[in-house]
Amino acid sequence: MRERIAWSIILIWAAAAVIGPTVASGANVVDLDHILSWPDASGWLGYDDLGRPLGARLLVGARYSFLVAFWVVTVSALIGTTIGIMSAYVGGRLDHLIVRIIDIFLAFPGILLAIALAGLMGPGIDNVVFALSVVGWVGFARLARVQTLSLKHRDHVQAAVSLGSRSARIMFRHLLPLLISPLIIEATFAIAGVVIAEAGLSFLGLGIQPPTPSWGSMIRDGTRYMLVSPHMVLVPGLTLMLVVLAINLLGDRLGDRLNVRRGGC
Amino acid sequence: MRGVFLPRLLSACVVVVGVCSLVFLLIHLVPGDPVEVILGESSQPADRAALRAALGLDQPLLVQYGHYLQQLAHLDLGQSLHSRKPVADLLSERLPATFELAVAALAVAILMAVPLGIIAALNRDRAGDHIAMSFAMLGVSIPNFWMGPILILAFSFWLGWLPVSGREIASSLILPAFTLGTGMAAILSRMIRTTLLDVLGEDYIRTARALGLGRGRIILHHALKNTLLPVLTLIGLQLGALLAGAVITEIVFSWPGIGQLTIEAIQRRDYPVLQGCVFLISLTYVSVNTLTDLVTAWFDPRIRLRGD
Repeated sequence: MRERIAWSIILIWAAAAVIGPTVASGANVVDLDHILSWPDASGWLGYDDLGRPLGARLLVGARYSFLVAFWVVTVSALIGTTIGIMSAYVGGRLDHLIVRIIDIFLAFPGILLAIALAGLMGPGIDNVVFALSVVGWVGFARLARVQTLSLKHRDHVQAAVSLGSRSARIMFRHLLPLLISPLIIEATFAIAGVVIAEAGLSFLGLGIQPPTPSWGSMIRDGTRYMLVSPHMVLVPGLTLMLVVLAINLLGDRLGDRLNVRRGGC
Repeated sequence: MRGVFLPRLLSACVVVVGVCSLVFLLIHLVPGDPVEVILGESSQPADRAALRAALGLDQPLLVQYGHYLQQLAHLDLGQSLHSRKPVADLLSERLPATFELAVAALAVAILMAVPLGIIAALNRDRAGDHIAMSFAMLGVSIPNFWMGPILILAFSFWLGWLPVSGREIASSLILPAFTLGTGMAAILSRMIRTTLLDVLGEDYIRTARALGLGRGRIILHHALKNTLLPVLTLIGLQLGALLAGAVITEIVFSWPGIGQLTIEAIQRRDYPVLQGCVFLISLTYVSVNTLTDLVTAWFDPRIRLRGD
């Protein structure tokens, strides 16, 4: 039941990302009659400080949070996994070097490095994707490396080595399929993390720039008018929380399920 | 003993050097000319040249790097472009506020997480577990830039119990500490639950039970003690998330700490201050992690004696 609700939330989010901007054409239309208006029949979620409908802005914001999450997780997963597998498979000095680099990146807690990068490069969606990917690859690299280390002495890998398979073939045909399930779980939680991080950067004014709506910047705008129109902060925050909650819940379930299957064989 | 401590300290040193280098490179890695970014595209060439010289950007990269390391060795983090004050002074002005916030948030996190984790583990798969873990799930899914405004709305605007922001009176600390601590409490309580469940399945717990020890005594004396080390490690690791989260929390509550300074530095394009902030936060994180590792190794004879 819970899982079904979670899936529905994510599907709505994805659908809003695809069709949002076409449906919600009024997202940037300033309507002075509706400044800070509470929800009514024409705008179910109320209006912001410029009289723009929050519902439409949420829909458009969904596209940006979805796009950023998609690109950051795709780029991080591809780069991180490749580096991680190669590092563990080749071993030796290369592995040593990469472990050091990973350690150095991990020394910058949370999104601190992303905040600094986004701050230096200036705002914009490309820079947000870049900044968050610079932070994001590390988790995948570390996971892929540890998994590969424990897998590379398995019999089937040894057999492939002695049959003369090329390293690239071994890494992608014999190792990658075995570590794909932990990577998928990592990616699921990474999506949730990126959605929060993008909103966080936008909240700080370092992400997506006005007038383009982002859930983070909507929350920031809302905090200025909390006393008169709390819906401005409640609506985007609740949306953000529901999406993140849904992703985390599915990640948890996925983790449980894949563990069970692993234990079963 | 030495077999455990020395390598750990050495690798921490390597990481610190790496952090220094990355912080240094931050300005150079960013595409485009930092001077142009600071002054804007329409600035005068003479102004650009002056700023370039002030930042030392007119020299070869290696010379700049050498100079930077030399300064660092003297604890000189450069000068603010905005206020002309030494960065080290600015940081030390702001440090106490962040430290206060971090300690308070940590206390909130531990006070919330320990009972929740224990309740969840002892009621495994029953209502208590579900409630505690739902709370934890909610805690990790609420970003602190939303949690903060909600708490302000409820406790400052509607109930009028606590101040909205600032750091003038003691009670100003409560809302930021809860905002920052809840996320950590969520992760911590899950960890405590898992570890406690693992420990409760151990042979020595069964032995204690077979010897007829009471449930309370088993949990307090035998189980909880053994969950302490993994939890301690996690607290060390989570402190980083806490410090990064402090940046956002400090902005929400106008808390005059390092995080607020970081964002101010970004807004003013004050690169030396930004570098200083990132450097200080990372260095704190690395130190705390190393210290946690060493303390864990010290307390756990299995690790302490392994090196001998």
